[in-house]
Amino acid sequence: MAVLLAVSLVVFLAVFAVGDPVELLINPEATQHEREMMVRALGLDRPVWMQYLTFLGNAMQGDLGISFVHGEPALQIIIERMPATFELVFFALLIASLVGIPLGLYVGLNSDASLSRAIMTGSILGYSIPNFWKGMMLILLLSVWLHWLPTSGRGETVDILGIPVSFLTWDGVRHLVMPVLNLAIPNTALMIRLTASGAAEARTQDYVKFARAKGVRPQRIVRRHILRNILIPVITVLGIEFGALIAFSTITETVFAWPGMGKLLITSIYRLDRPVVVSYVMLITFLFVLINLIVDLIYAALDPRVKLMDRAP
Amino acid sequence: MTKPRPIDPTLVPPLVETPQRRFNLRRIKRRPNMKTALIALVVILAAGLLLPFAAPQNPYDLSTFSVMDNRLPPGERSLDGLTVWLGTDSQGRDMVSAILYGMRVSLLVGLAATSLALSIGVTVGLLAAMFGGRIDALLMRLVDFILGFPSILVALVLLAVIGRGVDKVIIAIVVVQWATYARIMRAAAMVERRKEYVEAAENLGYPSWRIMFRHLLPNSIGSVLVVATIYVAHAITLEATLSFLGVGVPVTQPSLGLLVASGFEFLMSGEYWISLFPGLALLVLIFSLNLVGDRLREALDSRRS
Repeated sequence: MAVLLAVSLVVFLAVFAVGDPVELLINPEATQHEREMMVRALGLDRPVWMQYLTFLGNAMQGDLGISFVHGEPALQIIIERMPATFELVFFALLIASLVGIPLGLYVGLNSDASLSRAIMTGSILGYSIPNFWKGMMLILLLSVWLHWLPTSGRGETVDILGIPVSFLTWDGVRHLVMPVLNLAIPNTALMIRLTASGAAEARTQDYVKFARAKGVRPQRIVRRHILRNILIPVITVLGIEFGALIAFSTITETVFAWPGMGKLLITSIYRLDRPVVVSYVMLITFLFVLINLIVDLIYAALDPRVKLMDRAP
Repeated sequence: MTKPRPIDPTLVPPLVETPQRRFNLRRIKRRPNMKTALIALVVILAAGLLLPFAAPQNPYDLSTFSVMDNRLPPGERSLDGLTVWLGTDSQGRDMVSAILYGMRVSLLVGLAATSLALSIGVTVGLLAAMFGGRIDALLMRLVDFILGFPSILVALVLLAVIGRGVDKVIIAIVVVQWATYARIMRAAAMVERRKEYVEAAENLGYPSWRIMFRHLLPNSIGSVLVVATIYVAHAITLEATLSFLGVGVPVTQPSLGLLVASGFEFLMSGEYWISLFPGLALLVLIFSLNLVGDRLREALDSRRS
């Protein structure tokens, strides 16, 4: 809560310093009177601290102001775009774990194999490629040269519980492939490295040696002993990455013109749409606090030691 | 209190190359892709710093190129008879020259931001480790706060506020990165803080700053420097990304990221070279840095075990 308050103050003052949105919004031919009407309607004539207090009071009631540009509640605009971003992030994380964890496990268990070296170098390459450039190269290769996939937008969507999603229509999937891939590649690299270092460490632990001495089959050792233990840090990072990916999708959404929250943030920054930028940051902060909480809960559920610690006298 | 007696420099053993250290250096050098990465880095540094003087054109000087030559594909000849090996951009600039100059901007931002962030982070980390208690708690609270957000988001919002410019991008990257150094430095310095030689120095009545910078710093900087290699790459990526999003360096001083962005609108019509080549240069730079940093970290780890 304190974090949210601090962030709200910093961001509000920061965005206040950016510039006068009136200059951008008002028709240059407007009369002085029209200008004043507009300024008053937007509440921009009051002192900063009053604007902040009003903002804070309204924020408590879930009202983060009305977008200067769209004329709708800022929070509502952002939430409308949320499913599109979440869809990207969800599939990116899914691919990253499905590809990254097995590869990382292989590398961790066969760290001297030449294939492992190749995978590790590949993973460095994976997170080295600048995200925006990779997206553009994907467009160049798959859309411009090969004509396989559409370059931008979300394609046809289907409503599930009133939320439009892309992955259920063929057209939607075709639009989804490149942005998801773009978002998933650095994450896959991260998953590989994380799993590999975890597995390499777990391999030398006593409980693995003991299990081997006991005659447990190798697959079972990997599945029950190694994988279970390294999943804890992996899930922690997956949780943190969920938040990070929402931020990173800003770039991917800009490249692929994906109508999500990130693209909204960028256009709002250009247009000095103060309420939307502030609401976005507040919402992200809230999400981060929430994600950290959930990760902690999962952590406790997965690692029996965490629970035991709590119950100890 | 009497002034501490200056130490006779001849009594202090010189920094020797221990067998361990030599072994690690050899280990690093033996890796083939490591060698390639190092060579690539040296070439890029040389190209970025020296070659602007030898580049075919000066992309900032409007008289050296002509709009008539705009968007020539690679290998064509411009009106002046110059062969443009990587094509020209929408202004008729030779891409080779633009990339060399852009590389210089990227390197400048990356190195300046990293060294600034490093100095701030190291000082904060040392302060936290040296004094502990409330100062430590306060500083680390701040560090946690900053590290709680994705770097791109913090930098993006910050730049939206202060506007674009090379200096401003550097500030944004410093704001994002110093916290990492502070955290690592604190952890390393805390270990040293408890050792006897620090206690001895304290008992000799040395001032805190002297213990911090003369005793703790040299003994705990290693791990921070290794991380710094990777964070130079991170800083360069961040700069490129911010410039791509239009909040980074100004159009008058295009970095590699901005060059890539300027080619975006022509990508759809198949004019790939404006975006492809600067991005490729960026990739080689970042990849090499990451590779070197990764191996350095590995070498450091193996010393610990």
